[in-house]
Amino acid sequence: MNLKLRVWRQKDASKAGKIEEYEAKNINPHMSFLEMLDVVNEGLAQNGVEPIAFDSDCREGICGMCSLVINGIPHGPDRGTATCQLHMRKFKDGDTITIEPWRAKAFPVVKDLVTDRSAFDRIIQAGGFVSVNTGCAPEANAIPIGKHLADPAMDAAACIGCGACVAACKNASAMLFVAAKVSHLALLPQGQVEKAARVQKMVAAMDREQFGNCTNQFECEAACPKEISVSFISKMNQEYLKAFKGDIL
Amino acid sequence: MSNFLKSSVGRKSVMAVTGLLLFGFVIIHMIGNLQLFLGQDALNDYAKHLVEMPLLLWPARVVLLAILVTHIFVSMSLAKENRVARPVRYTQGATIQASYASRTMVMSGIIIFLFIVYHLLHFTFGKIQPQFYDQLDAEGRKDVYGMIVYGFQNIYVSGAYVTAMAVLCFHLSHGLQSLFQSLGLRSNALAPLLKKMAVGLSLFIFIGNTSIPLSILLGFVRMPGVGR
Ligand code: HEM
Ligand code: SF4
Ligand code: FES
Repeated sequence: MNLKLRVWRQKDASKAGKIEEYEAKNINPHMSFLEMLDVVNEGLAQNGVEPIAFDSDCREGICGMCSLVINGIPHGPDRGTATCQLHMRKFKDGDTITIEPWRAKAFPVVKDLVTDRSAFDRIIQAGGFVSVNTGCAPEANAIPIGKHLADPAMDAAACIGCGACVAACKNASAMLFVAAKVSHLALLPQGQVEKAARVQKMVAAMDREQFGNCTNQFECEAACPKEISVSFISKMNQEYLKAFKGDIL
Repeated sequence: MSNFLKSSVGRKSVMAVTGLLLFGFVIIHMIGNLQLFLGQDALNDYAKHLVEMPLLLWPARVVLLAILVTHIFVSMSLAKENRVARPVRYTQGATIQASYASRTMVMSGIIIFLFIVYHLLHFTFGKIQPQFYDQLDAEGRKDVYGMIVYGFQNIYVSGAYVTAMAVLCFHLSHGLQSLFQSLGLRSNALAPLLKKMAVGLSLFIFIGNTSIPLSILLGFVRMPGVGR
């Protein structure tokens, strides 16, 4: 198949970027979206044009490294699929495809389609962990966890930290990511001790990074490659209000 | 407490609580208004009782104004940050599932605010149609019934009220479900019910309030002793 690509090119964070047009010729419909870009880049390199920079790592939908806003939708049109798992058969021969980086103040563009997502790391550092005394690994079944808790905790833990929720949100809010991390730990017995402090610190860290404020439109959930539910945002809001209960009432 | 009020989540909960209180007022206000259908005597009597309780009326007005001002200021501070959070927009944007109402909350809010100003100038301060404002009924009470009936016989005035109620209905169709999420009370199991409730209550407000100008325009409600 032959496609026309409109791709955001930007030399580095300090330079202004713009959309450039490229042809993608003889694309195999079984290729993944990233393989298609590899092919295009090969052609660009042969013609002495700087290849398009984009992020990827595992290419099997588990690492959260790939990104790309494809025709306005983070990770493209396929629901519950990361860009690396999106196949070209989802497009039609002759299509024009617009490819842009995640857009958020907290995710500055490093180059072309690559953004700096270390804001997420700083949110995790603020409280996305449980503190344990090191030593040998504890016996895995020492703390029994009911299925009613284990299941939602696993659902929340499926978040791969890609940032598509921020890219999709009309306000560039990071609520879905933070809610997934807060909920995952708040549901498990190991996370109970630091529960209140964790949600306060992580929300404060999120606000410091200048992500936007949630308006409950749920674009995040629709774009999330792991289909993390917005019910976790409700859970985080509840945890947050509980953590401040003494102060408010 | 100050950390709470500075945070995104804390301010969202302030939006939810003030929005809910404003909604509560809208319901009570509507029930009061609907006494128009009980006739001139009932409505003017109700209005007289209200102004005869200044110790209740004035604190209520002050509290209500404070709630409205809080709702507006917090929404503006949140909205301003949201603009800053995405300095470069997408050249090709898309919306996957966000409702139109949810995407126009600031706009619908501003229209509601302008309407509140108009409404106060009209019926509270008597600046829009002063000719109907200071009339008395046969019993010597302020003729609120006459003020409303004569006022709404003007199609432009009625039109403004009906339009404003449509916008309020729109604002609430998102707001009344959104507030549960903001307060951490929404679950996937409850979501369909909350949605139906929000749309139902918004329509209830719309139909209830617009029934007044529409009944007057269509001549179902008129001044006593006046034929068609
Ligand atoms: C009778 C008047 C009003 C009522 C009953 C009302 C009700 C509500 C409710 C229930 C919410 C939901 C809160 C939440 O998302 O958790 C809300 C949100 C909001 N309101 Fe109002 N409101 C009124 C007037 C206004 C005015 C005058 C403005 C602005 C000038 C405004 C702007 C907003 C905004 C921006 C939101 C946030 C929307 C979002 O987060 O998506 N509202 N309102
Ligand atoms: S919640 Fe979903 S979209 Fe957001 S970072 Fe996690 S996996 Fe990515
Ligand atoms: S490259 Fe790892 S999730 Fe896409």
